[in-house]
Amino acid sequence: MTKNSTVSKVLEKTYQYGFLSEVESEKIPKGINEDVIRLISTKKKEPQFLLDFRLRAYKQWKRMDEPTWANINYPKIDYQEIVYYSAPKDIEKKKSLDDIDPEILKTFDKLGIPLNEQKRLSNVAVDAVFDSVSIATTFKEKLAEDGVIFCSISEAVQEYPDLIKQYLGKVVPINDNFFAALNSAVFSDGSFVYIPKGIQCPMELSSYFRINSGDTGQFERTLIIAEEKASVSYLEGCTAPMFDTNTLHAAVVELIALDDASIKYSTVQNWYSGDKNGVGGIYNFVTKRGQCKGRRSKISWSQVETGSSITWKYPSCILEGESSVGEFYSVALTNNKQIADTGTKMIHIGKNTKSTIISKGISAGHSKNSYRGKVHIGAKAIGAKNYSQCDSLLIGDNAEANTYPYIHSKQVVSNIEHEASTSKISEDQLFYLRSRGISNEEAISMMVSGFCRDVFNELPMEFASEADSLLGLKLEGTVG
Amino acid sequence: MNQKKLILEIKDLYAGIEGKDILNGVNLKIHEGEIHAIMGRNGSGKSTLSKVIAGHPEYTISSGEIIFKDKDLTQLEPEDRSNQGVFLGFQYPIEIAGVKNIDFLRVAVNARRKILLKNELDTFEFEDLVEENLRIVKMEKDFLERGVNEGFSGGEKKRNEILQMALLEPIISILDETDSGLDIDALRIVAAGINKLHSDQKATVLITHYQRLLNEIKPDFVHIMKDGEIIKTGNKQLAIELEREGYENFQNPLDKNK
Repeated sequence: MTKNSTVSKVLEKTYQYGFLSEVESEKIPKGINEDVIRLISTKKKEPQFLLDFRLRAYKQWKRMDEPTWANINYPKIDYQEIVYYSAPKDIEKKKSLDDIDPEILKTFDKLGIPLNEQKRLSNVAVDAVFDSVSIATTFKEKLAEDGVIFCSISEAVQEYPDLIKQYLGKVVPINDNFFAALNSAVFSDGSFVYIPKGIQCPMELSSYFRINSGDTGQFERTLIIAEEKASVSYLEGCTAPMFDTNTLHAAVVELIALDDASIKYSTVQNWYSGDKNGVGGIYNFVTKRGQCKGRRSKISWSQVETGSSITWKYPSCILEGESSVGEFYSVALTNNKQIADTGTKMIHIGKNTKSTIISKGISAGHSKNSYRGKVHIGAKAIGAKNYSQCDSLLIGDNAEANTYPYIHSKQVVSNIEHEASTSKISEDQLFYLRSRGISNEEAISMMVSGFCRDVFNELPMEFASEADSLLGLKLEGTVG
Repeated sequence: MNQKKLILEIKDLYAGIEGKDILNGVNLKIHEGEIHAIMGRNGSGKSTLSKVIAGHPEYTISSGEIIFKDKDLTQLEPEDRSNQGVFLGFQYPIEIAGVKNIDFLRVAVNARRKILLKNELDTFEFEDLVEENLRIVKMEKDFLERGVNEGFSGGEKKRNEILQMALLEPIISILDETDSGLDIDALRIVAAGINKLHSDQKATVLITHYQRLLNEIKPDFVHIMKDGEIIKTGNKQLAIELEREGYENFQNPLDKNK
């Protein structure tokens, strides 16, 4: 009895966002077919081109096979058992925050993302997505003064159809992979960002994704466009209640940077990761890709991946523009029975393109954590440079860490450096810190943050400390 | 003399590692204001004794007690022992990559302050405190910005131990071969630091092979350890004898009968 309650206490501590909100929602029947896709499109009052886009994707998807990977095993997903659209009831009618179901506002309050005017974060604009729809976007008017568009993608489809038509599916084609095709067919909502020429976005933009229904897949779609000499820093966060079934999350993110533009995209991923025995949790199968289209453009991905029962994601950069720059900074922490297979692809096409990869994997419990990355230097990429550093840290004796770097170069005049290391937190290190009065858990989390420092330095200031404490929470109960 | 309060009492302590006995009945009493030196050859159990007092999890105590200020330490976690005021200066201070020395020191100091019911120090307050203490070990500020012991020279590591001792204000400091690997100048700095931090309310235990440290820090008692026991206790004179005659001539009085 006592033992049980201690265990559950640790679990509660480990995942403090596992609550379920009582919100009346409108769901469509589960399963996927052409009618369901038409229904989603109708509900969202979409133009014909988008319905055509969805149907094309669906046709492709039906012909594709679900991928399998060396290090990931999971029970077969029954795609007819998933609900593809769920929205809090009557959401379409809501015009202002006052009309939104207070339960939803409370949910975001509890998550530390207050949406109402008085409490909201002062220098961060937030788009809050609840299940399949965007609930509210803050600071929209203020951003509009600079011509910056920040809204839900559904709204963008209505208000800026030309931009959507021009860019959607251009970086991640509908048939890119199985999950991207599925997303293209059924995506419900997500964020849209457009930074006009020469504008430095005056505040951090942030999207916050919350899955609430247990049987609903979340298929969000994010599109960010930075015009010439524009720059923006964007952060996404995500959480979900604890369910003992697995929920599928298959998002697609596309970034486009034109001449001299820069996009910094940061993720703090904290989906529910399942319990100690690996029951429940989110399958996080995500396609993220950025296109450095313009000269001297720059795309920088930074991610802190701590949640989900399985993570499969490779935020990548296509370095097309001459002298464009791609960066990938990643911390992936797995505990209990979590599996993460994450990394990046840096595709060097243009001359003098540069990429940097810093990956830090931490494996605790019985988890598996793999870095999988590809550096490709094309025939025309004279003077291309890549630096990769992949470090793994093991905690305990039962966790696994793997590194799979793939390097292809078709250009002699290029420079690729790869460094990798694996280390373990030693008993002597722990004892040293403990003999100075620092508790076991604090000692581990200190060493882990030390290990991750290079990556935390790349996160937006506001979130670096949050990421640090998140890792601390996740590691509670790993040793002892 | 008897008025002095007992700080640490070790009673008939047996301990070992992975089934191997190392300490075979150690008895020791340390009062406030005293400086003790424990000498002995390699493998005599000196370092083990210090680690067992600090609570290293690899060592198992089979019997005996370690009473610190009327409390048995043997069941306490290492961090609790430290917070109660027990300090171990490591023979080989451990490197912890990526963790900034100043961050580590601040967390450690705040853990101890909590027990002393003092307020937690913020980054700025701590900086002031640490700068005062840097003078004791004659270190520069940039030393704080580096990783804990990361790439430190032998001398720097030992000075960092003394800096920690200064900041944590322990009641008893057990310094395991703090003199090893130091040149004469560094030895003087470290010794001066230890002398400065010692007081009537505190106790200091020096574990060493050599008499040279004892020229800088005058011990009240010198103990000789052999085969996991303290076989002889004397004053400063004993260390000088030991230096002259070598460990060979010192035997456990009980062994002589065999």
